[in-house]
Formats: sequence, structure tokens, C-alpha cells
Amino acid sequence: MDQPAMKHLLSIADLDRGELEDLLHLAGEFAEVLERPIPKVPTLRGKTVATVFFEASTRTRLSFERAAKALSADVMTFAPGTSSVIKGESLKDTALTIRATGADLLVVRHEAVGAAARVASWLDCPVINGGDGAHQHPTQALLDSLTIRQRFGKLDGLRIGIVGDVRNSRVARSDIDAFTLLGANVTLIAPPTLLPRDLEGFPVSISHSLDEVIADLDIVYLLRIQMERGSGPGLPSLPEYVSRYGIDRGRLERMSPDAVVMHPGPINRGVEIAAYVADDPRALILDQVRNGVAVRMAVLFRLLGAS
Amino acid sequence: MKYELVIRNGLVLTPDGAQATDLAISDHAILAVGGSFDGAEEFDAHGAWVGPGLVDLHAHFREPGQEWKEDIRSGSEAAAAGGYTAVVAMPNTQPAVDSGHIARLIRDRSRQVGLCEIIPAGAITMAREGAVLSHLDELWEAGVRVFTDDGDSVSDTGLLRVAMEYLTERGAVIAQHAEDRSLAAGGHMHEGSLSSRLGMKGIPAEAEEVVVTRDLALTRLTGCRYHVQHVSSARTVQLVSASKAAGLPVTAEVTPHHLAFDDAAVGTLDPSFKMYPPLRSATDRDELRAALASGLIDAVATDHAPHSAFETEVPFEEAPRGVIGLETSAAAVLTYCHLDQVSFFDRLSVTPARIGQIDRHGRLVAPGEPANLTVIAPDEEWTVDAFRSKAENSPFRSLTLAGRVRATVFEGRLVHALVT
Ligand SMILES: [Zn+2]
Repeated sequence: MDQPAMKHLLSIADLDRGELEDLLHLAGEFAEVLERPIPKVPTLRGKTVATVFFEASTRTRLSFERAAKALSADVMTFAPGTSSVIKGESLKDTALTIRATGADLLVVRHEAVGAAARVASWLDCPVINGGDGAHQHPTQALLDSLTIRQRFGKLDGLRIGIVGDVRNSRVARSDIDAFTLLGANVTLIAPPTLLPRDLEGFPVSISHSLDEVIADLDIVYLLRIQMERGSGPGLPSLPEYVSRYGIDRGRLERMSPDAVVMHPGPINRGVEIAAYVADDPRALILDQVRNGVAVRMAVLFRLLGAS
Repeated sequence: MKYELVIRNGLVLTPDGAQATDLAISDHAILAVGGSFDGAEEFDAHGAWVGPGLVDLHAHFREPGQEWKEDIRSGSEAAAAGGYTAVVAMPNTQPAVDSGHIARLIRDRSRQVGLCEIIPAGAITMAREGAVLSHLDELWEAGVRVFTDDGDSVSDTGLLRVAMEYLTERGAVIAQHAEDRSLAAGGHMHEGSLSSRLGMKGIPAEAEEVVVTRDLALTRLTGCRYHVQHVSSARTVQLVSASKAAGLPVTAEVTPHHLAFDDAAVGTLDPSFKMYPPLRSATDRDELRAALASGLIDAVATDHAPHSAFETEVPFEEAPRGVIGLETSAAAVLTYCHLDQVSFFDRLSVTPARIGQIDRHGRLVAPGEPANLTVIAPDEEWTVDAFRSKAENSPFRSLTLAGRVRATVFEGRLVHALVT
């Protein structure tokens, strides 16, 4: 049976396994395009992609813009750098204005949950969620899944540990959805204060000790610790966190020889990840960044390409 | 003799129970119930309940200070359309109702508009900042009977004790928006499985329960009348129930939206489902319905909280708190709680009038009583699509409800009438 064509990409939870694998397959092909001497195809010539980032993020924005340009689309950058409320204009008016300026697709990042979905409900064009609060960051989950597939061939049966501030992480929520949809077994590893309050709806296991589970993992996925928040509510102190949940040489040695370390970036070298580990061949951090462009090309193509 | 207004064929709630009969009104009063009357104006209430005008213990009319959201005229029109003849207006205006002259200003404005009686609630503390007692005596003299810092809890236990001790002698009621500030900080919805999935910071039901627990202890200590505003959690109902059983002067209200919805509605991320306290679990909602039916919860209060479109066309987390309710309250209660006529008018008129000490309202229909009445067709279905309020932030918009306010009589005048 034919699926209705994907209209937006707002949450991994909106996808079924077939749609997710289709995007990963397409992203794999675009990854090859990016290896060519002239890494560019004319597919989206004449289309305009607007990146609308209410929350500062140079990395994700650049990745989307590079992906759009590799497909020959034009790019508009809108970076109010502040919330719509503070600015005094409603999010709806901002979105309608950008659409009227000539955008064919909006990539929306916002510190508030559901912002991209709200924008999608007001516009007659595709919207990509570039991150909404602690809710979802679907292209991050796609690039993580692609990176794992490139290394392991598939996700079925892999044991993936997601370590750190799951409670406040959109990366974790998207990755949990994608990894489990693709057949992996996910364990969340964190103190109780950094786990979601209620785990109903998360098909995962839980551990409070990285040392107890590290030898059984194929992938140790480290979440970024928000240094700017200080230790924040939920942690007694950063050194205590690092001693229980950081990856240093000792923990790297206790990992299975084929296991890898991933991190959504930007990394805090020497905090959740020791400098030595970040440069180890078993750290896939730069592969993740590279794959970010390919998966964003795939999503733009699916949403804007010839139907 | 020709009366000013005659209401025919209704099922009229008298002190002797419901009677199918006519009633005659002149000079602001009900002059006769039962008999054959001629009226200068007549309203056919066939198939409808006729009872005392509804009384709301909890609405925000935004005047003075935020008239783009609502003002006393538009709020009064919404009240009349919803069957309300008396409304207690919350003191979180700008400036807050912390002094006699602001309370008098609101009363005077409401008399000029003349569509319902508006009785301001007074703030417990100056500017609702929780630090210094407001001008309690001035407020009392200006007619204030309900004191609350609604929107915020009074978190200073010692200060609240002083306010309660002081007001006990007057017979005033302390009404509390029960929400522990630090437990609720940064929260936007009920803390549960959905907030965890959405990555939205939740507010546990315990944020309400710890404040109510403390306040009930102060009620025991001071003997002051205490009213829990917009109860959201089943355990709060149990706390109130135990205190009532122990003989404490405690009452509680529930909003129509907490009776109608649970936190699953927040999954839409529509700010029309954003309010404090938040919509809680389906179990809580069911307990609230049962407690209203049994009378454990004394009253329905709308927490009518208008906001303009530009304020709500934002992500859920950035939207202001609160939803409108005056025009849908009666229908929502009838749709989701199935009260009989006696219980309906008890919870929406008689008891709230008693709690708020509003003399001319909440009185069963009898000769000589003030003519403040509501005519409601309990089974009539209608779809919520337009509002008299300036705001449209209603969780009931586009829903079909059963129970329609057909007419409202305020001080002998028909201030709202739907013609069939
Ligand atoms: Zn309140």
C-alpha cells in the first residue's frame, strides 16, 4: 500500500520503519554524492530553503544550509536569536512573513517544545523540525542511525547505551525513537534526576551505573552535559558526574573491542569525554557530523523533490 | 396588572423543589410564582430549567491594566451569555486589587455596565508580591469578601497565618491558588508520562497538595474560612474531605476544564489547554467529577482567563496561562457531569453565592427574591463557535456540548436571550 507522501519532518515518532529506512537509504546515496569532486546535484534548483533558528546553533544551521546548497537550492537565513514573545511578534506572524518572502520550506529550531509543529499547522509548505526544546531533533536521530548503519550494517539487536541528561535532551528522545524502531536495544544510563520522570512510552531499559553495563554495549552514546547551566538542578557536582558517567581511558578499555563512542556535539573535551577518547578511532563523532549533511539532503529531497 | 417580565413554561427551582410553572417579575424582584400573568416582555422557557442566576467565584476581567485581553464590559457580556449574574473578579489586575479605591473602581465600572454584579476579590498581599499585607480593612469596607493572591500562592506561612487570623474576625474567606512555587517552577503541564515524552517540564500534583496540606493546618490554627481554588488533583479532594469531616470551615471549587479534560489534551500542544494548575490524569479528572456530584467539591468556578490571539499564537511553553470559561461553563458541567437540576444550581449558584457572601444571588426562586435568574435547556446541543468575550482561548471551541443557556435575568432585566 502506498504511504501518503511525507509532508513535514517534525518527530521520529511520526515515521514508520519503512519511511525511516527509505530516508537512511537515500542519505547513504547522498553521502556518496558528497564524496565526488563536485559535490552538488541540480535537484532542487529554483527552490528556497529558509533556516529559522530562534535558538542559536551554528552547527545544525550550517549543516542544513550546506545540504540545501548541495541540492542547488537557495538558502535564506533567519536568526532572530530570541524567542518570538520577547521580540513582540507572534510566532505565527513570523512564520507567515518568512513564507511570504519566498521560502518553499522552513527549518525551524526553537527552545520551546512543539514550535515546529505549530509552524507547520499555520503554513502550506513543508517544515522540518531542527530541534524543539527537549522534545525532538529528528535529523540528529537520522544522522546517528546512518552512522551506526555504516559501521555495523544494521541496528537490529545492537545494544546502545545513551548516557547522561536524557531528561532534558531532544537528541535522546529522537534517538530512542529511531534506534528502537530500527530494532536496537536501548539502555538509558544516568542518575534518576537526569532520566525522564515517567518511563512509560519509552521502550528502554535503565541503569544508574555506566560501569555495570559498559562491557555489554556496542555503542556508548554520550549526551552533552550542559556546562552553561553549571551542575544544574539534578547533579550534585560536575566532577561527581564525570567520575560516574564520563568516558575516560579506563572505561574505553573495558568496552568491547568493536564497540564505538558517539556524541552529538559539541563535545566538552575532558568532561563527559576525555580528550584521548575523542581522538580515538572508535569515536565516530566526525562521521556523525559528515553524515549530518547527507541526511539533511535526503529529508530536503523527500519534502521538496519532484513528486 | 401587567408585569415587566414574565417567564413561561419553565421548570422552576423553588424552595419546595422544581415546579413547571410561570413566574412574574417587576421592580428588580420576583413578584409571583405560579398563576396567570401578563408581561410587557415574555420569555418562553419551555423545556428549560429556571433557577437562580449562576455565580462565579473566579474570573479574570483584566480591567484595569490589560484591557486588550478583556474589560469589564466584554467580561460582563460573556458572563450574561453564560448565565452568570454575579462574578468574583480576581485581583491580579494592574494595579492589583490591594487597596479600597481599586476595588471600588471595579464595582463602579460593573454598575455602569449593568449586565451582572462584579465583586472584586482582594489581594492578600500588596501587589500580590507575598511580602506585605494588603489594605485588608479598606478592601472589606469596599465590599470584598474573598481574599486571594490568585495566580500565586502566598508562600510565606507566617504571613498567611497573620492574614487568616486577622480576617477570621471579619468572617472573610481566604482563597488559595495552591501551587508550591519551587516545585512548579518552569513547569507547563502535568508531570506524567506525556510530559516525559514531550520533554516538557511537568508540575506534579504534589505542588498543589503540599500547599493545601499546609493551609489546612493554618485553618485549624486560626479558624479562618479557607477555600481551595481550582482543585486539580484527586488527593487534594481527599485532603479537603478529611478537613471537612474534622469540622474545619473549608470549601473547594473546580473548573469546567478540569472536569472535561485530562493531560492527554496537551498532546495537541494547543495553548487552549494550558492552565495552572494543569490538566491532570484521567483518574484525577474522574475523581473531580465524582466529588462535584457528591458535593465534596462545593462549587464550579470558571477561572475565566482571557488572552488575545497574538499572545497565544506561539509555542505552548511560551503561551500565557489560562483559558476562558464563562460562556461554556454551564454546558461543560452538564455535558461531563450529568448533575440534576438541584445539584446543578447548588454547585453553580447557591453554594458559590454562600461562599462569596453575595447576598442578592444564589437564592431559590420565590416571591420577593431579587430577580437574578438563569434559564438553561439541559439537553439542548450546540457547537461552541463564537464568543462574547474579547478572547477565544477556549478548550471547548468547536466541541458540541449539551446544555444551553437560553436566557439570563439580571436585576429583573433580560440581559441575554436566545429566541427559538
Ligand atoms: Zn489561580
